[in-house]
Amino acid sequence: MSPKGVPEAVIAAVSSEEHPIAPFLRMDRMPHIWCSTCGIGTAVKALVAAFEKLETDLDKVSIVSGIGCTGRVAGYVRLDSFHTTHGRPIPFATGLKLANSELTVIVFSGDGDLSAIGGNHFIHAARRNMDLKVICVNNFIYGMTGGQAAPTTPLTAVTSTTPYGNAEPPFNLCHLAAACGANYVARWTALHVRRLTKAFAEILVKPGFCFVEVITPCSTLYARKNRLGTGLDIMKYYHDNTVIEHGAEPADTDIVFGGPIICGKFVDRDRPTWLEYQDQHLGEVLGDKYYRGKVLQGAGER
Amino acid sequence: MRFWRTPLDADKMKIPRGELHIIVERCKGCEFCVEYCPRDVLEMSDEFNSKGYHPPKAVRPENCVNCDLCEMICPEFAIYCLTVEEEPVPVEGGKTS
Repeated sequence: MSPKGVPEAVIAAVSSEEHPIAPFLRMDRMPHIWCSTCGIGTAVKALVAAFEKLETDLDKVSIVSGIGCTGRVAGYVRLDSFHTTHGRPIPFATGLKLANSELTVIVFSGDGDLSAIGGNHFIHAARRNMDLKVICVNNFIYGMTGGQAAPTTPLTAVTSTTPYGNAEPPFNLCHLAAACGANYVARWTALHVRRLTKAFAEILVKPGFCFVEVITPCSTLYARKNRLGTGLDIMKYYHDNTVIEHGAEPADTDIVFGGPIICGKFVDRDRPTWLEYQDQHLGEVLGDKYYRGKVLQGAGER
Repeated sequence: MRFWRTPLDADKMKIPRGELHIIVERCKGCEFCVEYCPRDVLEMSDEFNSKGYHPPKAVRPENCVNCDLCEMICPEFAIYCLTVEEEPVPVEGGKTS
């Protein structure tokens, strides 16, 4: 099956010996920079599998990333993508969505980028229920810059900047997104590839602010500093300690160091999106002078 | 495959078969595919690739049922399954066979 939106020449140039993901990625940039056992590649594969499952037209999809290990995703996918400055993928994606509301805009970034540097943008995009699909790869640490404590680092976990253990309570990103008003909130680990694919397929067709947190192993820094073993040991930890609770109250899904990880689809609701609110309110106030997010000339002179 | 009795739809059901491809040079030896293959098709190889990692090797390729789990879980896009034309697998039953 050839993916929609991929030029024939590209498909022909990909040899039959190449991986089936090749039409979706810039294979000349492979191998990627991610460490052995890093889960970001698995998350990318799950997203591509969701594209294949839905037979998405790739001309109508755009991926925006910020800075960090996960920020590299925008450079590796063979889609219209943009690698923004640190913490700013959501503002960029908001502008992209408003300029061309036909696009499916995916924000694919890390926990530090989305919740620390871009935390303000994150809560306000969720509050407005902006029509974005936010995929947050959470490895509990700043991986690319040397393992500093992130806002998601669990209490007592050791990082480069907290050598005696982290004493700051972390963000629970699912709770944050749900409290701010996101339409869809789910959490999965890099081990749950099938459920992750299903969640991605669901958010691609769901309007409003959709948030999926992907818990991934960082064997180079987080596991090494906390003596958690290899990436495979962390995957086994996910296997043994993950509790799947669909519809769980997001406030009860905090991640505790060494404790169980509660996964599942926590929130799935249908609040009106930002554009629907605008259409409804401004349509009532301005009548004929308003059309799909645009105030036509002469409005305001009543 | 052996069952306690011959399944009623044994003549209709086919066991899917997959053909495994490993891109050795792209592998970073994380062992996820070896650990999570439900049919134990793979094992870590003793050989190195040019990056110094041990890639997996298919020791029981005939067991592959094309479930794609290795392809899904591989973070390096270094292993994949292709569908092979399905052929009926003889079923060994119990009393009724």
